[in-house]
Order: sequence, then C-alpha cells, then structure tokens
Amino acid sequence: MFIRALASISPQPTFGADQLPAESAGYSSNRLACIEPDYKEWIDPKMMRRMSRIIRMGVATAALCLKNAGIETPDAIVTGSAYGCLEDTGLFLNRMIEFNEEMLNPTSFIQSTHNTVGAQIALSVKCYGYNNTFVHRGFSFENALLDGILLLKDNEVNNVLVGSADEITNISFAVLNRFGRFSGGAAAGEGAAFFLLTNEPDPQNCAVLDAIHTFYKPAGADAVVNEINRFLTSQSLSISDIDLIINGMNGDSANDETYHELNRGLFNSQKNISYKNLCGEYPTSSSFALWYATTMLKSEPKPRRRILIYNHYKNIHHSLFLVSSC
Amino acid sequence: MNHTDPVVYIAGLGIISAIGNNVAETLDSFEKMLPGMQEISMLDTIHRGELPVAEVKLSNKELGEFAGISPLIPRTALLSMAAAKEALNDSGVELNSSIRSGLISANTTGGMDLSEQFFADFRLDPGSGHLRDIVNHECGAVTDLVADALGIKDYISTISTACSSSANAIFFGARLIRHNMLDLVIAGGSDALTKFTINGFNTLMILDKEFCKPFDENRKGLNLGEGAGYVVMVSEKLMKGLRKKPYAVLSGYANANDAYHQTASSPEGTGSWLAMTGALKRSGLNTVDIDYINLHGTGTQNNDVAEGTAIRRLFSPEYPRMSSTKTFTGHTLGASGSIEAVFSCLAIEKGLIYPNLRFNTPMKELDFIPETKYLTGQPVNHVMSNSFGFGGNCSSLIFSKPQV
Repeated sequence: MFIRALASISPQPTFGADQLPAESAGYSSNRLACIEPDYKEWIDPKMMRRMSRIIRMGVATAALCLKNAGIETPDAIVTGSAYGCLEDTGLFLNRMIEFNEEMLNPTSFIQSTHNTVGAQIALSVKCYGYNNTFVHRGFSFENALLDGILLLKDNEVNNVLVGSADEITNISFAVLNRFGRFSGGAAAGEGAAFFLLTNEPDPQNCAVLDAIHTFYKPAGADAVVNEINRFLTSQSLSISDIDLIINGMNGDSANDETYHELNRGLFNSQKNISYKNLCGEYPTSSSFALWYATTMLKSEPKPRRRILIYNHYKNIHHSLFLVSSC
Repeated sequence: MNHTDPVVYIAGLGIISAIGNNVAETLDSFEKMLPGMQEISMLDTIHRGELPVAEVKLSNKELGEFAGISPLIPRTALLSMAAAKEALNDSGVELNSSIRSGLISANTTGGMDLSEQFFADFRLDPGSGHLRDIVNHECGAVTDLVADALGIKDYISTISTACSSSANAIFFGARLIRHNMLDLVIAGGSDALTKFTINGFNTLMILDKEFCKPFDENRKGLNLGEGAGYVVMVSEKLMKGLRKKPYAVLSGYANANDAYHQTASSPEGTGSWLAMTGALKRSGLNTVDIDYINLHGTGTQNNDVAEGTAIRRLFSPEYPRMSSTKTFTGHTLGASGSIEAVFSCLAIEKGLIYPNLRFNTPMKELDFIPETKYLTGQPVNHVMSNSFGFGGNCSSLIFSKPQV
C-alpha cells in the first residue's frame, strides 16, 4: 500500500510544505493553534461562508492532498475525528441554554454532526463513492486508516482519501484543563492531515504504508512490548530493522511513563524522536506523526528506511504504524 | 456473493426502543400494531406537549438496573449496554481469550445528555459543572464504557455518519470478520434523545407535530425516537460451534454519498440508488429476489421522495413489499440502521412483514405503496434495509436466509 500524496494543517508551517519545515514554530503557552492558510484558494467561497474552522481545515487539507496526487475526485473518503465539530456544537448548546430552547438557528446544528468534514469534502469534489467517519477517541484516525486499507485490499477502489481533523476550542481547552490534561507539561494541540492511499506503484508515491495496529488498554509496559514485537514479527522484522522511532511522548511525566520504559528497554538502541512538541496533544495527533514520517521518507528516499510510529492516547488507545521509503 | 467470500452469520440480536425493552416485547408491539410515540415524558424540554417522540419508558436509574451498569453514565451508553448485552446473550457465545471479539458501535451525540447538564452550570462559571457529566462527552467514550462492561478489547470502534451510522457499523464489523481479523463482532448503534437533538431537528422544521406518516402524500415530517439495536456477527467457524441456527447472513452492503447537500437528499435520490445498487451487486441478487425493503422512510417530504424515486428507478415495475418501521419506533438516528437490521433479521427468521402505520394516500411521484398490515407466515428470503443520513451518507444492507 502506497501513500501517493499527503497534506497537513498543524501548529507548524506544514500546509504546502514539501519537506519538513526547517525551523519549527515555537510555543510558550500550553495551547498550540494551527497555522492556517488563506482558504480562499482552496475552498469555494459560497461553501466556505458557513464552514467552521475545523471544516475549513479538513476541506482545505483534503483539497491540497488531492492536488498533490493529481486526482480530482478520489474513489472513497474516510475521515477520523474524535471530538467532531466542537465549535458548532458549543455554539448550539450555548444558545439553546441561553435562550431556553427558543429562537435557534439551524446552521450550527447542521454543521455539528461528526460526519460534516467528510461530507463537505465529498460535496466539494463531487465524490459519490464510499464515505465513512470514525469517531473513536484515540483510535479515530487509525480506524479510518484501516477502513481505507481494507477497501484497497478488497480492490473495491483504486485510491482512497483518508485523514483526520480535530480542533481545540476555548470551551474544550477550559474543560480539558479542569481535568488537568495540560498542567503536567503537555500542551493542547489540533490539526488536520489527509493521505491519498493507493495500490498502484508510481514514481510519485511518497512512501509505503506497510502496516498499522491498534491495541486497547494494555496491562502495562510489558504488554506494550509484546504488542510491538508481535507487530514487527508480522512484518518479518525485528526492532533492529527500524531506522527511526517516532514516539507520542507529550511531556507529561505520568502520561509518558510507558514511553520511558520502552526507551530504557526495547527502543534503547534505536534512533527515537518525539512529535507532540510540534503539534500538541490531541486524539488524532498520530495523523501528524504519519505526515511527519512520510514527509521525511519522501525527501530522502534512499537508502530504504523504515520508521515505526508508536503513540498512545491517555494510555487507553495505543497505535503502531510502520512506514518505509518506496 | 463472491464464492470465495467468507460468510458472516448473524447469531444474536438485541434491541431496546419505545416499542419494547427486548426482542420479545418488540415483536409483541408489532403484532398489536402499537406504535411507541407519545407525548414527551422523560426528557426535560419546553417541547413537551408539542412534539410527540418515541421514548424508552425507563429512567436512567431503571435502565442502569436493567442493563447492569452504573446509571450515572450517558443514557446512550445505558441503552447501548442493554441491547448489546441482550444480543450477546442471545448468540449463546461465551466470550473467552480464544475468540477474537470486537465492538463496533455507532451514535451521533455521545454523552450529550449529560454534557447539557454540565454546560448549564459551566457557561455561567467555567469552574462549575460536575466533571463526571462531561467526561464521557465523546461518541467514542460511550463505546469504551460498553466494551469494558462486556469485556471486549480486541477491536473497538465508533462510527458516526448521522442517520446511517449503525448500518455502517454493521458492515464495517462484517468486513473485519471477512478479513479474518475477528471471529465475533457486536455491531450496531445507540442514541438517546437529548435536548440538543430535539432542538436541532426542530430548527430544521422537519418534525411532525402528529404521529409521522412515511410514504404518504400528506406526510409532514419525522418523529424522533431513542433506542439501541445490536447484531452479533460471527465467522463460519464460530457459528459451527454454536448450538443454534443463525438468524441470517449479511449478504450485501454498500455505502455511497449523495454529494448534493449537507442536510437534503437529491430529488432523484442518487446516493440512495447507488447504495441499493451496490448492495445488490455485492450480494449477487437481482431486484426480484428481494422480498421486503425496510425503508429509511423518515416521513420528511425530502427523504421519502428521494428514497421512493431511487426505489422506482431500481425496482420498477415489480416492487417487493416495503414499510417504514419508524412508524413504530420513531427515527432513532444513529441507532436506526441497526434497530432496522434487527427487524430485518427477525423478518427472515419468523417470516414477517411489518406494517407501515398511518398510510392513507399514495405519493403522487410513486407507483407503489407501502405494506399496511402485519403479515406472518411469509416467505422472506432476502431483506434490504436502507439508512440514509445528513452529509449525504447513504447505506444499504441485505440480509438473507442462511443456507442450511
């Protein structure tokens, strides 16, 4: 399975970037907001008028990904979003309570449904094909990716656009802070990333997506090690075959304990970098990690290199991605 | 069906809705032609007395006791647990570590019922509102709660594609079995009524103030409902070890997008037609093989003309029997696809055709009418179940009598 093209909007200058940004945007606060492009170039102004920020981010990222792939309309669209359209949800909820269920406007309700990003992408590129949206917290992007992979394995499509979008709003930031999510060193993040997957070999392909795997609430670091070893074995690899590990450490020592244990053990002699200092912590941040890994492999295709991404969300949803250069 | 395709069996069913807290009560309501719509009695909203809805007549406390789970979690999770548990028990499968099992669940508003309560305080003072009321806000949190209670951890996922959500959950689950990733999947969906939902649909002006009249010329909109429905799907290998007959096999499925409008269906029903055509193609069946269509049939002007036009284009001139069971359950949104999947499987197993209540006047655009009587002893070999939603998401499932 190949990644033909990709695009990302993130708290880094990633939109339209062909390589990893030479300098990363620094943040002094614990809330990392996306660096957004001028959307006029990417979204029909008539459609854009009603779109909230997350929808714009998703639709523009999808549009750039398709442009990079040289494809007008993909065969299928699969989206992941853990929180859905928070801004519109908050707006409608607020007005509903404030005005005691009267004088409500439908727009924010209409745009609040979780499948809005995927639907608006379909509408903007007239895609009548398969369209699905996964909303399973730290598995949202991974579930979407698996759906896309299975569509390709079944030869039901020649290509599939898979991605994720999640936003942080003032409300969600305030609520997550009350849970102490960003008081221990982690920063809140957000972003959209889309990938065009295909079975067809092509000189333009950016990377090979070898495999993905998810596991839920592992019993401890030993269970995580077992899952990683099993994953690598299923690809006839061992940890020494991995050239780079990208880990989901977020800076919160309690959250990062599993990563530390791996770094002391299984990952001990591997080159190992973190990514959430760039995009912040959010349930679909693994899509940023995949963008990062693919962009790296694309820019330096030789010699053949393999990257393993390991991320967990709140130590509940764990995921592994194996990507390699073409 | 492709001959090399592994067969996916439906081994267990579970349901809770306004017409019953389990399969037996539900069938009883159909037989007695008793719809579940009433004046609002559970939900605290200004629309009480004004809009009929199809509520599950159990408080959260009663639902918690019924489902064997804490009543403090979102109502959508309570409904989900009740129906998922019934389905698993019905299948006769004892989960153990040698069975790779998954829960693929759907919902549209997650823990919104409790988020509403949190928000009422939080918006006045960001330091107030009980955190326990917002901690399960995400759609996925509802699924995790139920997966943990059932002891499922091999694959867990949540799908949200508006009113087609749980149809998509069922066929995503079936694909995981077909690809030999799982042996058993509990798949379906759940949605509780919330103020958010009622007010949202009310602003769209598509709620009927009377009981809904799907596929009637004088239809005026939909009635909202709540509930949950789950099917237990198993691989051929697991089915062979069970001492029971399967209800049905999932023989066809397809998902397409209407790509027309965020909330309205194209008048010609492009997405609906593509979904039905795709499901037929996968099943290897022809239109004449379909014995019954469980319509999406919401009762809105827009849905019924789009769906009806697509059916006319595909099936004319020979139509199977069809009906909208939303005339009993109301529109249960994220749960509707799987609730109607449960009805479809029961139709095959028991030879039933469900009535489309309150039908009087044929639609002028169509040359067919829905079935209005409750029929038993019917030969029902293949059932098509339609689910179409906001965002142009259209899905059709086909269930077939298992080959013995």
